[in-house]
Amino acid sequence: MRKNVIRWLLLVLLLALLPVAVHAQDDISDDEVNEVAKDLYCPVCESTPLDVCPTQACADWRELIRTKLAAGDTRQDVLDYFARQYGDGVLANPPRRGISLIVLWVLPVLIVLLGGLLFFRLLRGMRVAPTAAGGPLPNPLPKGEGAPTGPLPNLFAKGEGAPTAKTGDESLDDYIARVERDLKQ
Amino acid sequence: MSETIPTTQTAVDQPAKPRRPLRLTMVLVWLAVLGLLAILGWGLLNTTAARPEVGQPAPDFDVAFFDGFGWDGRTTANLQDMRGQVVVLNFWASWCVECRDETPVLESAWQKYADQGVVVLGVAYADVEPNSLAYMDDFGVSFPHAPDLGTDISQTYEITGVPETFIIDKEGVIRHVQIGAVNEAMLDQIIPELLAQ
Repeated sequence: MRKNVIRWLLLVLLLALLPVAVHAQDDISDDEVNEVAKDLYCPVCESTPLDVCPTQACADWRELIRTKLAAGDTRQDVLDYFARQYGDGVLANPPRRGISLIVLWVLPVLIVLLGGLLFFRLLRGMRVAPTAAGGPLPNPLPKGEGAPTGPLPNLFAKGEGAPTAKTGDESLDDYIARVERDLKQ
Repeated sequence: MSETIPTTQTAVDQPAKPRRPLRLTMVLVWLAVLGLLAILGWGLLNTTAARPEVGQPAPDFDVAFFDGFGWDGRTTANLQDMRGQVVVLNFWASWCVECRDETPVLESAWQKYADQGVVVLGVAYADVEPNSLAYMDDFGVSFPHAPDLGTDISQTYEITGVPETFIIDKEGVIRHVQIGAVNEAMLDQIIPELLAQ
């Protein structure tokens, strides 16, 4: 007897809650629909988010979102459904896989890394350059047989007939003397 | 003064400068640059991919038919399965106003030519399935219909909108492309010609 009463009470309670549950499912507001729709793009007009698109196709899609939310689907369920049905291209945030992964994620990171690397190399080059300019100039004359080994002669010093500085090499001194004469003329 | 002054000769005698070893960073930089160029090139090729035109082989595709709207007792098929038949591939949508004019024409063609080796295949583009089914019910269509899952087929055929129709001959070559609605006279002219080939 007591069990029967409990059963009846439970049944009455369930019946009382049923309209509330049905009403809750039907009562999906436009804001809730648009909250999902803003992460989808219109299939017909390019680059128009679904929540602001005025076409009939988008109105149909928004109604489908409402139906799915009312049926208990989560926001992610709805987005997954649209991606499956119409392709990843309708998602405002395409999943990180395939070509989307490369173009939207790997490529920007690579570009930043590459830019950073080139910038670093440029900076390092700028640091090295002043040191080299400030140091002693290298002897432009190659070392080897017949080349002067001492300090470079002053070719522009004043003098007559003979080189102003002796290199110790007679032929070279003679050559320098002729060059000096030519320069004076 | 016959003696020459060795000047440039000594430069040749100078020991060869050792080659700089290939640095890993430079290799990576060049690899990255080549990779970027490859991706950009690939993207460029994809965006400029030409839509299939008349005289070109019709790109193959798979379809999963709507329940009750299959073809030849199948629930799935691909274009290759229809080789040997003239295929009227029609892209439509329930929200498309112009499609409402041509759906009865396509149904009429299906009734007229189905047993002569013609497949009229409707592909619902960017449509909501319940609406597609309601539309087909409204017009009482009986020819095969399938949703364009993932919009793969419409992307392959680079359609510009709906309705759009590709008529494919028995060898799988596109023989006519109709942007906008088809009409009865057009189908009655093209289909018999292709059946006769």
